[in-house]
Amino acid sequence: MSLRGPLRVFVPVVLALTVGGLILLVLGKDPIGYYSYVMERSLLRWGGAQETLTRMAPLLLIAAGLIVAFRSGIWNLGGDGQFLLAAVASAALAPALIGGVPRGVTLVLCMLAGSLVGLVWSLLPAVLKSRYGINEIITTLMMSFLGTSFANVLIKLVLRDPGTTVPQTRSLAVDDRLPRLFGTTIHSGLLLAMLAVVGVHLMMTRTAFGLRLQVLGANRAAAVHAGYRVERLTIAAFALSAALIGLAGAVEVLGVWGSVRADWNPALGLLVVPLVFLARFNGYAVIGFTLFFSALMVGGESAARRVGVPQHFVLVLVALLLLFLGLVEYLDQGRRKAAGT
Amino acid sequence: MSIVAALSGITKRYPGVVALDAVSLEFHAGEVHVLLGENGAGKSTLVSVLAGMQQPDEGTVIIGGNPLRIASPRHSIQLGIGTVFQRPSLVLSLTVIENLMLGGSWLRRLARAAALRRFRELATLLGTHLDPDAPLAGLSLGEQQQVEIMRALWRDAKLLLLDEPTSMLTPQGVADLGRMMRNLRDRGVALILITHKLGEAYEFGDRISVLRLGKVAGGIDPEALVAMEESGRTATIIRLMFGLEAGEAATTAGGHAAELAILLGRKIHGPAVVDRSQPPVLRVREASTRAEFAETPLRKVSFELWSSEVLGIAGVDGNGQKHLAEMIAGQRAVHGGALELGGIDITQGGVPERRGRGVRYVTDDRLGEGTVGALPVATNLVLKEVGAPPWWHHGITDWAAIHAHARVLIERNDIRTPSALTPAGKLSGGNVQKVLLARELDAEARVAILNKPTHGLDLHNQRLALDRIGTAAARGVALLVISTDLDELIEISDRIGVMFGGRLAGIVDNDAGAIDRVRRLMTGAGAT
Ligand SMILES: Nc1ncnc2c1ncn2[C@@H]1O[C@H](COP(=O)(O)OP(=O)(O)O)[C@@H](O)[C@H]1O
Ligand SMILES: [Mg+2]
Repeated sequence: MSLRGPLRVFVPVVLALTVGGLILLVLGKDPIGYYSYVMERSLLRWGGAQETLTRMAPLLLIAAGLIVAFRSGIWNLGGDGQFLLAAVASAALAPALIGGVPRGVTLVLCMLAGSLVGLVWSLLPAVLKSRYGINEIITTLMMSFLGTSFANVLIKLVLRDPGTTVPQTRSLAVDDRLPRLFGTTIHSGLLLAMLAVVGVHLMMTRTAFGLRLQVLGANRAAAVHAGYRVERLTIAAFALSAALIGLAGAVEVLGVWGSVRADWNPALGLLVVPLVFLARFNGYAVIGFTLFFSALMVGGESAARRVGVPQHFVLVLVALLLLFLGLVEYLDQGRRKAAGT
Repeated sequence: MSIVAALSGITKRYPGVVALDAVSLEFHAGEVHVLLGENGAGKSTLVSVLAGMQQPDEGTVIIGGNPLRIASPRHSIQLGIGTVFQRPSLVLSLTVIENLMLGGSWLRRLARAAALRRFRELATLLGTHLDPDAPLAGLSLGEQQQVEIMRALWRDAKLLLLDEPTSMLTPQGVADLGRMMRNLRDRGVALILITHKLGEAYEFGDRISVLRLGKVAGGIDPEALVAMEESGRTATIIRLMFGLEAGEAATTAGGHAAELAILLGRKIHGPAVVDRSQPPVLRVREASTRAEFAETPLRKVSFELWSSEVLGIAGVDGNGQKHLAEMIAGQRAVHGGALELGGIDITQGGVPERRGRGVRYVTDDRLGEGTVGALPVATNLVLKEVGAPPWWHHGITDWAAIHAHARVLIERNDIRTPSALTPAGKLSGGNVQKVLLARELDAEARVAILNKPTHGLDLHNQRLALDRIGTAAARGVALLVISTDLDELIEISDRIGVMFGGRLAGIVDNDAGAIDRVRRLMTGAGAT
């Protein structure tokens, strides 16, 4: 018997929470108190649950983008730069458009602009990788560094709203932002994000394009041998990945913040990487992990204030989870091998 | 002249094979001793025994008159033995001098001035002009080999082992190497040169020994070598290498072809079915490819291939066979020359265009590029059809159709797999090959290239693969079968071409005298 489906995730989650709890004990905190506070705050209270769901939107869009890339064997780690530049672009565009064109058109145009900016920011690593085989891990990280700095420069020098004291872009009025869902505080970006994740999953598993990307990711030499246009596929996967991450930036601005402040960088691009690995690049599974992580973040933030456990403890839990998932996987494989199946 | 090193009754066994069988040889100072033998004859094993990489099961090594055991590579170096292995072992990201300094203890590694002094000494001795600070990756293969030789000589070697050093070199590189070997020989160093090319053996060698199935089959000593004509040397060597009289159509490798023929009791493919009054299906005209790292490119290869014909391609590995296969398949650009399929020029197309016209390629790199191990057998069976009907409509996958198709092929080709959804990487080698054969030798195939179709398979699967080739030919497919197994080619081919140094050295009809002519061509000795 090998560990199947839900158990495979459930066991590591329990182990991670247990070890996390032990760490809290050692630090002199009450683990039960912490966990129940986090859960209550982020899932059981209506306000907290709404916040948790709202947080999921950018995470899911980034996850969709990373799944496309990772499944194609492309390590796009430049998410932060792509995200932030797209956020700034849509934040700059929205207030400028809103007077002239209807709200819906403004929002759609801004999201397209965000995607496009993300895409453009991935082109250089994409071309370097596909043409010259230059490692994209390094180039995307560099471009990300450049992108976040450039976004700040834009805000401080070009897009700065003269009416505010802190450097930030002009704000999009709350009523002009992405429509809320059914009278909640959750914006419609969440729906879009869900559609994107499911769409990407279907694309990867049910289309010729997705299969070619999978082959490229699993065995590049086989893709060449089978006659796929490997250069084009590489660039396409990169572009799609970055456009989705750019869309995440636009959605976060248009749905939540309405503007971008200088030095704002939520650094979600790298935070989502472990989640995508936990989900083994599966679009449906990543929804569950994103919910889990989002709840931990929301609960963890107020727990930091109330229980005195730093917010970064959430990352410790994610790291533990990753570790135990890997470990369970490894042990399970070893056992299956020993059983000769 | 004095004996620097000798082997006495050395036996080395690997599971299921006796790589060296009571081998006794002597290596003299100031002499280039050439070792010849087919792939698998035991030449590299002999080298690794002297280099301290392998311990013999029986027998002794005698160095400077003392019988001893070479316990480790370090010990071998201390004994004055320098080795240039068949596979390059340099660090490409380091410079020439850094690579040379890697050998010593870490203290000596830091003594750059001393290292540079030694480097200049050796450079003068060998007559090379390398820049000690050049990164290795920027050097030609010939120059990298010079560094290998310098490293082997770094600690004053009295015996230098060179395992197939010329196989990757350009003619210029070979000439340079020859000059170096002569310099060393004149300094009293004993050299062991392993090569597949008779021309090199005659040009550089003072003494020749032939290994066959782990035994010393015989040799030619210096006096005889000088006295003999080239044709006489070649006849002697071919007789020793293959264990038969020249021209005699018998079998090698313990008669396994004969055993196989008995196993199935029939001939795979008769030569009579090819109709050469029709125009050929494939015409290759003076086709060349571009050189790449460690690969021999094609140089103006021309041939024609008819429907139902099996054209065998023989030759020692690495003489351009891979480029030939990839060029016809569309995986590698044609660089000068032309390809014609059924009268239509296909020089420009890539894999999809060629495949669309019926060109098929069964690669020898079955796991590396032929299949995607992580994906199911079913997916691998349509890997080259992705996006095409009937399995895809407007880009949407019809998995049910793909799985049904896979079940049919699995059944028909006797592919042993738990299911169509099993990852291809879990299949045994023979079954992976069945997947590839099923994918490539389909109903629309017109020209199929098979690169080493039986390599690494067990007897039964070898048989099945050859059988599939025969059936495809009977269906009218034109086949190009690349193999290093001559018996196999003799058995299935109508004609046999030989690749040598990127050229098609010749094509011979598969008749009674074929085996002898092919062997001559294989050693670069010329057809007639
Ligand atoms: N490390 C090894 N383990 C098992 N078998 C080996 C090993 N090295 C060589 N052999 C086998 O020993 C035989 C001789 O091989 P080798 O010395 O490499 O031949 P050559 O260099 O003449 O081509 C071959 O049958 C080969 O498969
Ligand atoms: Mg060898």
